[in-house]
Amino acid sequence: MCDQTFLAITFGPCDNCSQNKPLMNIYLKNEPINYCSLCVELMACQGLAKGETIHTLKAESETLKGKLEEERAKLHDVELHQVAEKIEALGQFVMKTRRTLKGHGNKVLCMDWCRDKRRIVSSSQDGKVIVWDAYTTNKEHAVTMPCTWVMACAYAPSGCAVACGGLDNKCSVYPLSLDKNENLAAKKKSVAMHTNYLSSCSFTNSDMQILTSSGDGTCALWDVESGQLLQSFHGHSADVLSLNLAPSETGNTFVSGGCDKKANVWDMRSGQNVQSFETHESDINSVKYYPSGDAFATGSDDATCRLYDLRADREVAIYSKESIIFGASSVDFSLSGRLLFAGYNDYTINVWDVLKGTRVAILFGHENRVSTVRVSPDGTAFCSGSWDNTLRIWA
Amino acid sequence: MSSNSNLTTMKRTVEQLKLEASVDRIKVSQAAADLQQYCLQNASKDALLVGVPAASNPFREPRSCALL
Repeated sequence: MCDQTFLAITFGPCDNCSQNKPLMNIYLKNEPINYCSLCVELMACQGLAKGETIHTLKAESETLKGKLEEERAKLHDVELHQVAEKIEALGQFVMKTRRTLKGHGNKVLCMDWCRDKRRIVSSSQDGKVIVWDAYTTNKEHAVTMPCTWVMACAYAPSGCAVACGGLDNKCSVYPLSLDKNENLAAKKKSVAMHTNYLSSCSFTNSDMQILTSSGDGTCALWDVESGQLLQSFHGHSADVLSLNLAPSETGNTFVSGGCDKKANVWDMRSGQNVQSFETHESDINSVKYYPSGDAFATGSDDATCRLYDLRADREVAIYSKESIIFGASSVDFSLSGRLLFAGYNDYTINVWDVLKGTRVAILFGHENRVSTVRVSPDGTAFCSGSWDNTLRIWA
Repeated sequence: MSSNSNLTTMKRTVEQLKLEASVDRIKVSQAAADLQQYCLQNASKDALLVGVPAASNPFREPRSCALL
């Protein structure tokens, strides 16, 4: 039974911290007050227990961190690639560009597949969001956003709408109509409002809710119809660059990665940060769940991709080579999870064997940084978007 | 005021760490075995891994082979 309390939204100065943010209207001793979501969370921690000072709390946090490391180390009995030694190595890969989608006037920043496996939405620095038919390379819809650097775009599960956002600090939903002459911009619906750029957005299992991540360090869950803030996720200490929802069978969690080098796993209903991983040496640009939902991969500016297992609560593999010195901007798994496709800032896409930890192929073709890589919903192809203004479909 | 908020933030960090420390964990060998099993079970369905005949992949146009 879904127990969501809908709070009336407003956007304005918080009664506590005075910053302009989306507000939650709550009652304290029957008095209505407007607090931002961060202040609501902090309220629960106010007041000290007997004998607590900032020093005792600091000491306690250090011992807890030590204990956490100890617990994790105890279970580290073997490496993933050792377990995978007995399985067959993968053969030679023949993957070529099968389609090139040209039409953006500037860097392609983000793309997403439609569940029908043939349509793609892509967004670019020039403010344009284009919906393509990947089989024919035809452009089906084009929207011009009022801002440049549209860093996030997502296709709705029904295929009837797309969401996008970027430097405008908002996430807007555009319903797609079959009438080609219809002005899509007129039907635009502003859903999310952050206090810094929108870095990533994703619909949940329905068209009704959107999850967003922002440069303001938070992630948030919004109701599309009313634009209400349903849940807010605080825990990153810097910009959040990427998020990914767990595959539907495994429940209501999502993972986010940010400039604080941390990857956090969140419970969508409670807003709680349930697990946190901090082994990268630089910003995490991309996070993606393993198809079974038990692990996730990250791509980072430290030129490595890493695999973290949720049940073992630790990093279990690093995908790196001395010759790779440029950051990985985007990662995605193939359908079975055996292959990890990673797009790098050195214009290439590296394909890694997830279990053995080795690289199985390098794909050349883009003439500038690869900014986004996504495998199609049925796993028959993957699409990459680049700063060279094009998208390529590989199969 | 600022020391109060530092305190609150610190307390929040401690609560968060307590939560993370109490998570149930399994051994890496077990987790790795499960990941491997998932891969192998689904390998046959993975078109990018095993390759599908050109005719059934909508992105690869079936061409007549010219053998030189």
